[in-house]
Amino acid sequence: MAVVETGAGPTPKVEVRPRTVDRRERWQRRLPLLPALIYVVIVTQIPFVVTLWYSFQSYFWDVPGGAHFNGVSNYKTVFTNPAFRSALWRSVIMTVIAVIVAMILGVAFAVLLDRKFLGRGVIRTLIITPFLVMPAAAALVWAGPMLDPSFGLLNYLLEPFGIHHVAWLSTHALGSVIVVMIWQWTPFMTLIVLAGLQSQPSDTLEAAKVDGAGALATFRELTLPHLRPYIELGILLGSIYLVNVFDAVRLMTNGGPGTATTNLPFYLYQQVNNAFDVGGAAATGVVTVILTIIVATFALRMFARVFQFEEGGV
Amino acid sequence: MTATALRGDPGGRPDRTALPPRPHRFREMSGQAGWAVLAWVVGIAFFLPVLWMVLTAFKPESAAETWPPKFVFSPTLSEFRLVFSGMGPFLTHSVIATLGSTILVLLLGVPAAYALSVHPVKHWRDGLFFFISTKMLPIVAAIGPLYVIALHVHLLDSIWLLIILYAAMNLPLAIWMIRSFMLEVPRELLEAARLDGAGRIREITGVILPIVSPGLVSTALICVIFAWNELFLAINLTVTNAATMPMFLISSVPQEGLYIAHLSAAATVASVPVILVGWIAQRSLVRGLSMGAIK
Repeated sequence: MAVVETGAGPTPKVEVRPRTVDRRERWQRRLPLLPALIYVVIVTQIPFVVTLWYSFQSYFWDVPGGAHFNGVSNYKTVFTNPAFRSALWRSVIMTVIAVIVAMILGVAFAVLLDRKFLGRGVIRTLIITPFLVMPAAAALVWAGPMLDPSFGLLNYLLEPFGIHHVAWLSTHALGSVIVVMIWQWTPFMTLIVLAGLQSQPSDTLEAAKVDGAGALATFRELTLPHLRPYIELGILLGSIYLVNVFDAVRLMTNGGPGTATTNLPFYLYQQVNNAFDVGGAAATGVVTVILTIIVATFALRMFARVFQFEEGGV
Repeated sequence: MTATALRGDPGGRPDRTALPPRPHRFREMSGQAGWAVLAWVVGIAFFLPVLWMVLTAFKPESAAETWPPKFVFSPTLSEFRLVFSGMGPFLTHSVIATLGSTILVLLLGVPAAYALSVHPVKHWRDGLFFFISTKMLPIVAAIGPLYVIALHVHLLDSIWLLIILYAAMNLPLAIWMIRSFMLEVPRELLEAARLDGAGRIREITGVILPIVSPGLVSTALICVIFAWNELFLAINLTVTNAATMPMFLISSVPQEGLYIAHLSAAATVASVPVILVGWIAQRSLVRGLSMGAIK
C-alpha cells in the first residue's frame, strides 16, 4: 500500500494529484463520493438531530396530546437517576472485559493456528463458527441448553469438579452474559491477529532464531510489536460492536436479575418500550452520544495510527 | 495460508540436506504434537455450544430437558418440521433485507471508496473519518426518535426501512474495506488504461472492478453476516410485515411447556445459512476482516 500512496513505482509517474486540480476535475472526483455521503448523513445524522429535539420535550407514547417543550428536565432526570449511571457503568465493564479477554484468547488462538498441524483447517473452521452464529441464537442456546440449572450441559461438564446445578443466570448473570460476548467475539480477534501473524516477514524471525533468541523473547520483542496495529484494529472494531450488545442481555437475562445486567442499550430499550418515555430516552441518548464522542476522539487517534501504519508501510 | 507456506515452517519440516541431531528433532516433533493436541482441544471446546445446539435440535422434546443430558437418543426431525412450517415470511423478510441492504452498500460503497482512494478528493482523510465516526454513534441512542420518524414517513414495519438502516449500518465499514482493496490496484494498470483513452467509468469497470472483486465478495460477506443477524432495529421497528429470522427465533420460545428442542431447531435453522456461507468463504472472511492487510 505504501507504493500506491507515495507513488514510488518502477515507471515514472504522470502526476496523480496535481497541486491545482481544476474545477471540472474536482467535481469529477467528488461526484462518486456524494451519493454515499448524502445517504449516510441523511440516515445516520437526522435521527440524532431529532433525538436532540425530543430530548427537550416531554413525550410519552401512552399520554395523549403529543410532545411539549419541557426544557432541561429530561436531562436533570438523566443525571439524577442512578439507573442511568449504573447502566453506563455496566456497559463500560461489559465492553472492557469482553474485548480484553477476547483479544487475549484471540492472540493465543492465532498463535496456535499459525503453526502447521494435522487438521489445522478444520480447527480454524470450528474456531470461527461462534462469530457466524446468529447472536440471538447464541444467547438463547446459552441461556437454555448450555446454562440451565437443571439440564444444562455446562453443569454436567463441571460436575466432576464439584460444581452442582448452578443457576448461572441468576447467580452469575453478568459473568454469563460476558462469557457469551467473549465466545462470539474471540473468533473475530483470532482472525485479525492471524492475518497479522501471517504478514510477518519470515526473515526477521529466521534472523532471531539464528541469533539464538528464545521463542518467548522473539514473540515479545518482534511479533508483538508487529501485531500491535492489528490488535488495535481488533480492539477498536470489537468495542464498536460490543458496546452496543443487546441480544445477549435481552434474551439471556432480560437485564436482570434486578438490573444486574442492564447495559445502556437495554436501558434505552426499556425506556422506550416499557416506560414509553421518548423524551427521557432521547436525553439519555444525547448524553450517551456525547460520552461516545469523547471516547471516540481517543479511538480515532488510534485509527489514525492504524492508517499511518497502512500508508507508511512499516 | 500462502504466507505461512512461503515463510517455511520454523518448527521442523523434514529437511534432507541437514538433519538436526536426533534428540533435538524428537523434542521438536513431540512439541509439535503437543501444539496440535492443544489446538484440537481448544477448537472443539469452542465449538461445543454449536454442536450441542445442533444435537439438541434433533432430540424429541422429552429428551432435551433431562439430567444427566442425553448424548444418545433416537433422532427426530419433528422439531425441524415444526420450524419450517412457521418460518416462511420471516425467512423471506430476512433474505430481502440482507440482500437488499448489501446490494445498496455495494452500489454506494464502490464509488465512494473509489473517490477516497484512486483519484482521491481533497479531504479524503476527513471523509474517511466521517464515515468511521458514524459507526461509533450508538444507534440505540436514537431508537425512540427513529421510531417516530419511521412512523411519520410510513416506513414502520416495512422491509424498506430495514434495507435502508442496514445499509447505513454496514456502509462505513464497507467503504473502509473496499478502499483498502482499491489501494492495492497497481498504478501501472491505471496509467496504461488511461493512455488507452479510458475514462473514469471504464477505469472502474474495466480495470478496478475485476481486480477488487474478491475484496468486494469479502465485503459483501461481512455485510450479509451483520444484516442477517441484526435484532435490535428489527425488534424495535418491525412487527409482522418485516419481522426477520432473529424475531422468528424469539417467537419460538413459548411462555410455558417444554421448548428446548424446538428452540434449538429454530436456532440451528436461523444460523445455518450464515455459518455455511462463512465456512465456504473462510479465506474471503479473513481477508475482509483484516481490511485487505493480507495479500
